Amino acid sequence: MADNAQPNRPLSPHLSIYRVQMNSTMSIFHRLAGIGLAVSAMVLVWWFLAAATGAAYFRFVDGLLTSWIGLLVLAISAWAFWYHFLNGLRHLRWDMGNGLGLKSSARTGWYALIGSVVMTAVTIWMAM
Amino acid sequence: MVELTLPKNSRMTVGKTWPKPAGAKNVRAFKIYRYDPDAGANPRVDTYFVDMDSCGPMVLDALIKIKNEIDPTLTFRRSCREGICGSCAMNIDGINTLACIYGMDEIKGDVKIYPLPHMPVVKDLIPDLTHFYAQHASIMPWLETKTNKPAAEWRQSIDDRKKLDGLYECVMCACCSTSCPSYWWNSDRYLGPAALLHAYRWIIDSRDEATGARLDELEDPFKLYRCHTIMNCTQTCPKGLNPAKAIAEIKKMMVERTM
Repeated sequence: MADNAQPNRPLSPHLSIYRVQMNSTMSIFHRLAGIGLAVSAMVLVWWFLAAATGAAYFRFVDGLLTSWIGLLVLAISAWAFWYHFLNGLRHLRWDMGNGLGLKSSARTGWYALIGSVVMTAVTIWMAM
Repeated sequence: MVELTLPKNSRMTVGKTWPKPAGAKNVRAFKIYRYDPDAGANPRVDTYFVDMDSCGPMVLDALIKIKNEIDPTLTFRRSCREGICGSCAMNIDGINTLACIYGMDEIKGDVKIYPLPHMPVVKDLIPDLTHFYAQHASIMPWLETKTNKPAAEWRQSIDDRKKLDGLYECVMCACCSTSCPSYWWNSDRYLGPAALLHAYRWIIDSRDEATGARLDELEDPFKLYRCHTIMNCTQTCPKGLNPAKAIAEIKKMMVERTM
């Protein structure tokens, strides 16, 4: 076994050399989408609070949210919602001990990815 | 803790480019991680050229050829050369695998070889696995029984024996654990896919009588629950096993026993 007395061993490279995997990329985006959704939820509450505060303040917040940058944020939030929701279904299935094979997890990964784009498009279409 | 970049002493520099073999027509470049603990310098990546016409098909064949014919200081572990000992686990072409059973025909372009990721490096391609082995020992990788020893042997039905398939084949090469981002950031407290697969192998063994104690031991925010089903482990296992599934089964048992 290795001699542990020797200090200052270098750490072998990790993220920078590991080939990008679909499963791990989807996993980190699940987390990012979750964090993003928490922020989006606060924006939504802010919008409600503005409506409860008064007409002038609501016009200001509503104006921000319906500006092109606001709409972009909302569109990305819609995608984050659907991605997190559909990928969450995969996690639910995994936690029941199913769908953990390489083939089935790759297949459901594509379902979640394509599904999130389709549902985002549907959501935007319905909002317009 | 998440640390995306390498510490100062671990950053790699461009190393030596070794001469091409004379008269060889079918030459392939190998970029290999080198670290000499006696040199006091940072790790570097050396370039070697191997004549593929006189080399075996596996990555390990090329490594041995380099060591024999070009650079005898190149250091790596190897033993069985048939995927059963787990010694030659390393990061090849971006994924963790066993050099002896990974064919070079599966790699496009230069062959890039690093030690197993996010591990302390002893020398060149040799990581320090002390902690990894200690984690394996911590899950009590043996049969725990309370009833009196039977006269002959602990009997098991064919169906119960089948539950161990896909688990007992693990050779502890550490490819899975060192492919896991959760293990990279939290290996001090998270047991990692290999140790957890072994834990499940004993939890599910019909002859074992310490199932409850084993589950108690794993009921911990870090030891077990740092698994976020990223599945790099299953993706990379050179033996085709499924540590992610084994971990999911343990998590399921944790819930089931409270109901």
